[in-house]
Amino acid sequence: MARFLLHRFYISILVAITVSVIAFSLLRLSGDLAAELAGEDATEDEIALIAHQYGLDRPLYVQYFDWAKNAVSGDLGRSLFTNEPVAEMIFERLGVTIKLAFYSITLGLILAIPLGVLASIKPNTWIDRMSLGLAVFGQAIPNFFFALLLILLFGVQLRWLPISGNDTFAHFIMPTMTLGIGVMPQFMRLTRTGMLDVLDSDFIRTARAKGLNPMRVLFKHALRNAILPIVSLMAVVLGFLLGGTVIIESIFALNGVGFLAFESIMRQDFPVVQSIVFILSLSYILLTLFSDLINAQLDPRIRLG
Amino acid sequence: MSQEIVLEVKDLSVDINVPAGTLHAVSNLSLHVKKGETLCIVGESGCGKSIASLAIMNLLPRRASLTAKTLALEGRDLLSLSEAEFSNLRGDRIGMIFQDPMTSLNPVFRIGNQLEEVYMEHGKGNRKEARERAEYLLEKVGIVAPKERLSQYPHQLSGGLRQRMMIAMTLMCDPALIIADEPTTALDVTMQAQTLNLLRSLQKEFNTGLILITHDLGVVARMADRVMVMYAGYAVEIGTAVEVFDNPNHPYTRGLIDCIPVPGRRKPGSKLGSIRGIVPALVGDIKGCTFRNRCDFSITQCADEIVALKELGKGRAFRCILTPEERKTTLQNPGITQ
Repeated sequence: MARFLLHRFYISILVAITVSVIAFSLLRLSGDLAAELAGEDATEDEIALIAHQYGLDRPLYVQYFDWAKNAVSGDLGRSLFTNEPVAEMIFERLGVTIKLAFYSITLGLILAIPLGVLASIKPNTWIDRMSLGLAVFGQAIPNFFFALLLILLFGVQLRWLPISGNDTFAHFIMPTMTLGIGVMPQFMRLTRTGMLDVLDSDFIRTARAKGLNPMRVLFKHALRNAILPIVSLMAVVLGFLLGGTVIIESIFALNGVGFLAFESIMRQDFPVVQSIVFILSLSYILLTLFSDLINAQLDPRIRLG
Repeated sequence: MSQEIVLEVKDLSVDINVPAGTLHAVSNLSLHVKKGETLCIVGESGCGKSIASLAIMNLLPRRASLTAKTLALEGRDLLSLSEAEFSNLRGDRIGMIFQDPMTSLNPVFRIGNQLEEVYMEHGKGNRKEARERAEYLLEKVGIVAPKERLSQYPHQLSGGLRQRMMIAMTLMCDPALIIADEPTTALDVTMQAQTLNLLRSLQKEFNTGLILITHDLGVVARMADRVMVMYAGYAVEIGTAVEVFDNPNHPYTRGLIDCIPVPGRRKPGSKLGSIRGIVPALVGDIKGCTFRNRCDFSITQCADEIVALKELGKGRAFRCILTPEERKTTLQNPGITQ
């Protein structure tokens, strides 16, 4: 287990370094930052001055190491637009995004796992088809469109739920529904195929031959094996929810990281954009590491090799 | 040996729905097993021996349906039981050992957990008692350091050890009957003999009825009190092991025995025996003897109907239109090469 942990940890650090290099270079490669900061009518001299002020005239690797050194000590620079420390700006809003991501994935799993299990024990029946129908709906409908439908129904017509802001739990209901329904199908289908696979295996036949209660066979012996790929997918989906909710945060005016990223891109606030990309990548790496650890805990074959 | 009958089966048939129609996997199978007795069911792949055992366990796949006149365990009618009631018997009064020990244990739970579970599920005792029973049985199946083994996972054990674990697991509740479906087929040759000896000695010690399913006549010779030979869903010959080996009454049994290589018996340059042809498809209506196309003694009447088992008394029976004496006189070309 210790060796496995160490190995995973070591890989994670390598990936983090690589990602930081990519996040840093992509922004530099997207154009002359100094020219964009200086504005459309700026003269050559003004651009050169701005480049010098922000240190953009130094060699790229010097800029990178400078940024990386500060980043490690928690200093991500200051926003060009508000002059606030970038780290504070991001962490202030990360709470909202994390909340939304966890609510959404929880809703998705609550719907997906029972439906997937039901569909797998009654394949090709109406239950199976109904859950497949729901999955197709969830996957096919664009989430911004679904969000607008929800707003029309619950916000405008019925006036049950607030349509913008992030002050109370009620504010999170519609965004959570939107994203939860969006991520549900992948979990449901993975549960269904995983369970169908496992239910066909010899050790399930053994469990039945032992006379175990069918629920015990299903939830202890089968689901424990079928859940392994779901844990891995959870990491991917959570990463996606942390980084990819820009549109939903904008629609519901949730003041989260996605919304901040959107604003910062519009304002050409490159230290903020770069840091968001880096922090979201880091969270992705951490989630993957975490899911590896959970899987190792669940499956002794991974843990003990 | 007690003469008490543990399992009684009469006219068991299993049909399986397949895309091409109905497959008659098992037809009118009757058998019984006594306490402490070993019945070997022998036959080639697809003869219905495994399906028959799954039918007795009520573990048939969904597409399969079962009919029977009698299916009784320790005098208790199994046909009238609900699935929940049946489930209570499985693992308790009747246990099953499967062919592949590598995949028959759940990879994510400790061995101990999987052994204790069956004991507790059937209300035999608490976890502590289950653990004691498991340790006791692991010693019985010849495992050193049982405490350590119980805390290991299946992938940490060899195939032979896993099959011993399976044997210990089926013995947890002291069942009246064990069905072992090719328990040594997936093992190394060196482990096969050990595992069979173990199974035999434990069965005698616990006075358990044993149905041993195999395609290997060597296993039959070593283990069987009685033998049932199956071919294409039908029992074709039944008798004690000695009788069947010394004096086979059905041409298929004869053929199987001639296929066993015996060192020293074969003349140099001669071929090992084999049975020509292949097993017929069992889909749709079956008419006539299922073995006739591979049989050297078949006569026109063989195609008309499949004959009933001919009882010879003392549990000896065979299913052929001709008696061995009649076959000797009609023998024209010996297709079973020696």
